[in-house]
Formats: sequence, C-alpha cells, structure tokens
Amino acid sequence: MSNTVALHEADVHGVHEVHHEHHHHETFISKYVFSQDHKMIARQFLITGMIWAIIGGFFSVLFRLQLGYPNSTFPWLEDILGHWAKGGKINPEFYYALVTMHGTILVFFVLTAGLSGTFANFLIPLQIGARDMASPMLNMLSYWFFFLASVIMFSSLFVQTGPASGGWTIYPPLSALGDASTGSKIGMDLWLVSMAMFIVSSLLGGLNYISTILNMRTKGMSMTRMPLTIWALFFTAVLGVLSFPVLLSGAILLLFDRNLGTSFFLSDIVVNGKILPNEGGSAILFQHLFWFLGHPEVYIILLPAMGMSSEILSVNSRKPIFGYMAMVGSLFAIAILAFLVWAHHMFVTGLNPFLGAFFVLLTLLIAVPSAIKVFNWLTTLWRANIRFTPAMLFAIGFVSLFISGGLTGIFLGNSALDIHLHDTYFVVAHFHIVMGVASFFGMFAGVYHWFPKMFGRFLNNTLAYIHFWVTIVGAYLIFWPMHYEGLAGMPRRYYDYSLWESFKMFGGLNEFISFVAMIVFATQLLFVFNFFYSIFKGRKVTSLNPWGANTLEWTTPLRPGHGNWPGEIPEVHRGAYDYGKDGREFIPQTEPVGENESHH
Amino acid sequence: MSTVAMEQRKRIHPHKFTLWVGMAGIVMMFAGLTSAYIVKRNQVNWIAFDLPAMFWYSTAIIVCSSITLYISNIAFKQREMAKYRSLVVTTLVLGIVFVVMQVIGFNQLWVNGITLTKNVSYSFLFVIVGLHALHVVGGLVALVVLFSKAFSSKVRNYNIVPLEVISTYWHFVDAIWIYLLFFLLLIR
Repeated sequence: MSNTVALHEADVHGVHEVHHEHHHHETFISKYVFSQDHKMIARQFLITGMIWAIIGGFFSVLFRLQLGYPNSTFPWLEDILGHWAKGGKINPEFYYALVTMHGTILVFFVLTAGLSGTFANFLIPLQIGARDMASPMLNMLSYWFFFLASVIMFSSLFVQTGPASGGWTIYPPLSALGDASTGSKIGMDLWLVSMAMFIVSSLLGGLNYISTILNMRTKGMSMTRMPLTIWALFFTAVLGVLSFPVLLSGAILLLFDRNLGTSFFLSDIVVNGKILPNEGGSAILFQHLFWFLGHPEVYIILLPAMGMSSEILSVNSRKPIFGYMAMVGSLFAIAILAFLVWAHHMFVTGLNPFLGAFFVLLTLLIAVPSAIKVFNWLTTLWRANIRFTPAMLFAIGFVSLFISGGLTGIFLGNSALDIHLHDTYFVVAHFHIVMGVASFFGMFAGVYHWFPKMFGRFLNNTLAYIHFWVTIVGAYLIFWPMHYEGLAGMPRRYYDYSLWESFKMFGGLNEFISFVAMIVFATQLLFVFNFFYSIFKGRKVTSLNPWGANTLEWTTPLRPGHGNWPGEIPEVHRGAYDYGKDGREFIPQTEPVGENESHH
Repeated sequence: MSTVAMEQRKRIHPHKFTLWVGMAGIVMMFAGLTSAYIVKRNQVNWIAFDLPAMFWYSTAIIVCSSITLYISNIAFKQREMAKYRSLVVTTLVLGIVFVVMQVIGFNQLWVNGITLTKNVSYSFLFVIVGLHALHVVGGLVALVVLFSKAFSSKVRNYNIVPLEVISTYWHFVDAIWIYLLFFLLLIR
C-alpha cells in the first residue's frame, strides 16, 4: 500500500522521480526475489520458464540423436551423462526418461507456467487497468510454489535411478509400482511431489487471474472492451482451476496405490515373476482422471497463444480484429468443449464404440470455433497495412501452425481412423505442431511484442528475424515428415527403429529430422542470447507507445513501478481495437468517444 | 496482506471472490473422486458396507459448528464482541470434535475389518473422507488465526472480511461433508 501512496505523491515529478521514490522503499530481496509486484513475478516466471525450455529442448536433441543415428556412438555423451550413455550410446531406460521429462517440462513447466505465468501476470493488471493482482501475496506464493516444483523436478534428474520414465501421462502401472522400471523408483516419487507443488502454484495463480479480471477492471473497462489477450487468459485460468484439481485427485489415488498398498488402478499384475496382491483396480480409470485434466491442459497451453496472437495481429495490421465478439464466443466454446472431449485420447482403450461416437462428435465440434478464429485472423490480415515486426511474424506463424496442426486433428478425432493412427508418429506430429510449436510461437510473439514494456529496451531485430525464419522452416521440416511416418504405421516411443524391417526405410528421414532439430535448438539459443543481451544492452525504448497500440499497458511510464500508473488509473472509453478509424491510425482506449465518431 | 487498488473494488471483495473460485476448484476435486468411485462401483470386486454410526454424530456436530459461526457473524456485526469471541471458540471446539469423531469413525471401520487396502470400495471411503477431513483441518487453522485475532487486546479490528471469508469456507466444507455422506449412503 505504501508504494501506491508513494507513486501518487510522485505523480507530479514525472517518471524518473517515481522510480527513485520507488527504490527508496525496497531492498534487493523484496524487489527482485520475494517481490509482490506482478510485473516482477511475470519476469521471474518467464526466466524460469526459459531455463526449463533450454533443458527440455536439449533433452529432445539427446533423444533425437538416438533416433537419427541409432547405430552411431558419441563418446562425449558419456562425458556428460555418465552411466546413462555407456560407450557413447544413450541406454534405453534413459531414453524413456528423456522423453518423459521432455514432455513434462515443456507441457507443464514451460508452456503452462512459463506462458500463462508470464503473460497472465504481466498483462492482466496492465491491460485491465489495475495496480496489481487481487492478492499480490498469493501471486508471489504462486511463483514460489512453481520454483519449489522446479527445484524438486530438477533434482530428480540427478538421482541414481534416474527421473520418471513412464511418459508425461504417468499411466499406472509403470507409475504406481516402484519395481516396474528404473524410472518408477525415487524419480517417480519426486515427479509426483513436484507436480503437487506445481498444481498448487497453478491454482493460486489461476484464482488470482480470475478474481482480478472480474473484480478489478478500471472505470469504463467493461468485459466487452477487454483486449482478447485478457479474454484468453481468463478462459485459460478457468480451465486450470477446474481441471487441475481433478488431476490432483488422480495423483492422490496414485500416491495411495504407490505407497500405501491400495488398488485403485492396479489389478492382476506380475512383476519380475512375482504376483502382486492388488486386485480390482483399473488402469483405465486413471486415464479418465488424467485426461479430464489432460485435454483442458492442451487449451491451457493454446489459449494464451491465441489471445496474444489476436492482439499482435490486430496491432500490426493497423486494423480492428475481425469479429471481436465471435473471437470471444469461440474462446468460450473451446473452453466448454475442452471439458467434453477427454476420451478421444482413449479410443483404443476398449471404450464402448457407442460412447466413442459422442466423443468423436464433440471433438469434431471444436473445429467450428477453431475455424471461426482462423477465419477472423485471416480477415484481420486481409488487405491490411501489415508491419512485419518480429512479433507479427511469430503471430502469423502461429496462425499457420494452428491451421496445419488443426487439420490433422480432424483426422485423429475420428475414432475409426484413430485405430490406425493412434500411438504413431502422426500423433506426435499433430500435437507438436498444433499445441507445442504453435504455442511457442504465441509465446515468442508475446515476448517480442511486450519486451519493451518488460525491460524498457528492444530485442535485436536481425537476430529476431533469423530466429523466426529458421524456427518456422525448421518446425515444418521436423514435423511434416512425421505425418508420413505415422501414416505408414511407425509407432511412437520406440528406442530404435533400425531393427524393424517395416520402418528401416525411414532411417534417412529420421536422420534428417534429428539434424534439423539440432539446428532449430541452436537457433533458440540465439534467441536466449538476444533476450539476455538486450535486457542490458538493447536499444532503449524512447516513446511510451512504440507499436502504436490502443491498450492500457502503453499508457504507463516507460518503466512502471509497483502500482503501474503514477497518478490515477486511466479511464477507458472504448474497445481495444479502434485501428484505422475515421482516418486515424489508432485511437487509444483512454480517449473519449468523439461526438461525430463513426461506429465502424 | 495489503491489497493495492482498493479504490477499484467493485461489488464483491476480491478475497471473497477468490475464495469462491477456489471452492469451485475443490468441488472439482471431489467431483473427480466421486466420479471415479461411481465408475469403480460398476466393476467387479466392489463390496458394499455400512457407514459407522459415528459419521452421523459428526454430521450433527459440523452442522452445529456452522450455526455457531453464523451467529458469531451476527454478533460481530452488532459489535457484541464478547459473544462473538465465545462463539468463535465454540466453533473451533466443535470443528476439532468433528475431526476427532471422523478419526474414531475410521477406527470403528478398521476394527470391523474394513481396512484401507482390503478392497477398493474401502480405499475410496478412506481417501474421500480423509481428504475432506484435511480440508476441515485447513478451516481449523484459519479459525485459530481468527481466534488469536479476536483475543488480541492490542488491535481493535472491525474488518469483517476475514471473518466472512472463513465463514464461507467453513459452511462450504460443511456442505461438502453432507454431500459426501449422502453420496456414500446412496451409492454403495
């Protein structure tokens, strides 16, 4: 509260004095470590997420080495991985650990915490006109629970028996029985504890995002004037708050099975020739509980990217977003449908085909709001005076990837086709493009667009363009061929395809994919370099509104202190998308509606 | 905990609203568990059994605790602080009695051979009821904080928000228990 007051007093002195005043009250610890300022928490999430992205990405390079060059050895692998890569070849157990951790890290730690954590924290108060979150304390706790989850997950990488290796979906019995595999031992325990912390973090964050959006909007900021980023982050938070507890319930039952001898998910199992006493459990039950979170989780990852891309496309097209209400409505429809399609992950588990038909219908229904969104993005771009900033390129890239990956979703949503395609590389290609890479593109777009607000400097454009082009071309080169492999029946999760007569012919293709994956990974390091270099040495932002955007975050000082606006919070008089109206390039939300203004 | 931007407060206090959203999350967790219970019940190996009588007594106790907390809210609003304090203490004691009674109920089951691992229907009961008891314990912790504030002589605090937040949560865990009791009675 004292900061807010200080800012009010400092109003008259201008930006620099505000900053000075601000420093006066804070120590290093309270400003950078246990900060309750949503902007600092956002930066903490972003940087932690980036560290995880590097680790998770590096893991994919390691297992792509095995897939691309199954008959080669790399002595340097033994130097860094020790007994996991004896003789320079990754051993099968560790291969599965790498795949599992790659999935876990990227789905949860990067594209959930890193993406929502960063942008929900950063943008919600700034774009709705609030001084901070509804509860800055819970917000800080949300980061520190994530940090704790990170430390525990990271430590699991170094235990003797290795990290969890049963897949990011932790299906029992692999996850429920310590003796099932090396990765089912302490690594799995740490995974569960870490994820429990992670769920707490997500819930605390989500509670705050929802309360803040619904209760703390500035005067004039009606729901229908909110930028689409906020709508998307709102639905994301709702999905998280309603679906993570269900995963938690599944995880609790799993913990009981694992440690206390219950049989929720276990029945008739023989491990190492020993018959286990567990009876009456059902592994499929776990899948239901898992995917009830797991599917909304896909949209938890995707919706923020959709929202940010919508905003960035409109700003850089210098045109209003096409069909604002349709965009909101389709986000809502996707959020509802997200809860009703989980069994499409389970078509081949013996699900009643009659029930399956309902899930097919509901799954294919998602194509409708998705198509509305794509149509609106394209019509926003149509005949626009496009500024190809790096953020804009990534936003357009997002649309491209969402279309490509979305189309294969229509294949997979059909239960009949899914019998053939299930657990093949077709699925790998589908979800990596539509959810993984597409969300990364949304995230990159967001970072390039809001970096000036976050750090008061610009990222280097040349490096940004290299980053974009290599990544988009690389992403397609990596994942496009996987569709063909999948259609040919090549299964996922195998350690070595060269031993299979039917898949030998893909040796060259796998090598090519691995090669491109390494180049793309190296390019991401270029982005990381650009990011940290630009924080300190980037070109300084000199104008308050460098992109000519309408939203409220650009009405704050260059480097806003805790409280965001030195004086009164600005009042909002219009929606966020008045671009190219009445001969004016853009009209900020804070500008009152003129008497003779047209209605668009 | 200071909330910046109190000037923007609208109809409902952000802390109260946050609690409502949080309760929606908790509902989802119990919905997940009870749905899993229903799925499992329709499969082989399900053994139906009677709930211990103790669960009925504990239900009466937690309902009473909700009533005492409700009256304490009224007392607080009318600034009858002595009455308010005694009612908060009563609620706290009733809450502790509830948790103890649940544990006794568990013990009665255990003695009758209904143990955690013997059958999946038993396991579900222990997990669901136990998890609910943990949520009650969470509420007790909050009540202890409220209790210590109510008896602190240094600060006179007439802010009703913390009391209302805790009361809402307390009525909520009460309602969840009643739901669980009828669920476990009707679906066996």
